[in-house]
Amino acid sequence: MKGTEAFQELLPLLGDEPVVHANGFICRESFSIKDREENFYMIGSMGLASSIGLGVALCQPDRKVIVLDGDGNVLMSMGTLAMIAAEAPKNLVHVVIDNEVYESTGKQRSISNAVPLEQVAKSAGYRQAVRVDKREEIKPAFEKLMNSEGPVFLLIKVEPCFDPKTGRVTHTPEEITERFMKSLR
Amino acid sequence: MSLITSKSFIDRLIQENFNFFTGVPCSLLSGLISHLEEVEEAKYIPSVREDAAVGLCAGAYMAGSMPVLLMQNSGLGYCLNAFTSLNLIYRIPVLVIMSWRGQGGKDAPEHIIMGDINQKLLETAGMDYSVLKPENLDQVLEKAMRKINEEKLPYTLIVEKGLFDERH
Repeated sequence: MKGTEAFQELLPLLGDEPVVHANGFICRESFSIKDREENFYMIGSMGLASSIGLGVALCQPDRKVIVLDGDGNVLMSMGTLAMIAAEAPKNLVHVVIDNEVYESTGKQRSISNAVPLEQVAKSAGYRQAVRVDKREEIKPAFEKLMNSEGPVFLLIKVEPCFDPKTGRVTHTPEEITERFMKSLR
Repeated sequence: MSLITSKSFIDRLIQENFNFFTGVPCSLLSGLISHLEEVEEAKYIPSVREDAAVGLCAGAYMAGSMPVLLMQNSGLGYCLNAFTSLNLIYRIPVLVIMSWRGQGGKDAPEHIIMGDINQKLLETAGMDYSVLKPENLDQVLEKAMRKINEEKLPYTLIVEKGLFDERH
């Protein structure tokens, strides 16, 4: 499955959940397929999507919070997996699109081919960690995890397919903050 | 000169509506963190890295909380990208309590360079700060609250050795 297909499959499954997006390919692909007020597009600060999502989840415990992460971001901030496991927010769903490369900078390889991130999350202490490889597995796996007690982890293995012509997020960072906060009120 | 203690300082922050505390410890802040672990109105979440604490605070703020980040100045290096590519451009404020190791060149070797440049780094990044003293608490907190509530930007209070009790 190509990365874009994973987004095409996943995004229609979302309701009004806040979704914190990792920088690079994750932000750009998601934005170009379907922009939402509840999307926080982290365009810089690589590695911090998971900690931002944890902060949102801890402060809005009655709301499901989704982190849409990438393998490069997870590898950069593996310690945050431990923080999420230790704080154990029941409402946090951590989805990782794993293409084994730093895609938006030119497909340089990451090391997630050698490191099974779902096992890392499980060992850290996530309540569930699931890996899917096929497009048709995404919907049932995501729906099951959304109905489970968090923190839960969904690793979606994909092939790189990013078209560098895909636009960047056009909202200014201040606009992103404003509308994301409004959607959280 | 009025006395400032870990308890009075944390009480004051809680009065100012701060309600979300995280960070990476420093011995100079050990009294503050111990106190935070004891009070009911505050929750202290241990972070594994200072930049992760910046992210955590950013999420907490956007979800309606008022975050405080406690760290040693050594953590400033890890945080600079987070501050410049997240907080400053998105207008996401946070109150940073940063201990000043290496002040005046008198400390363990690993603290000397950062102790010399921490204020210059903040200034270069365009981030406002004050060195907290027992006699300027009201004044610097007023500045901090203005920066946070009106400009939606981070503000750093620098803590010198000896300001707060150390518990270790």
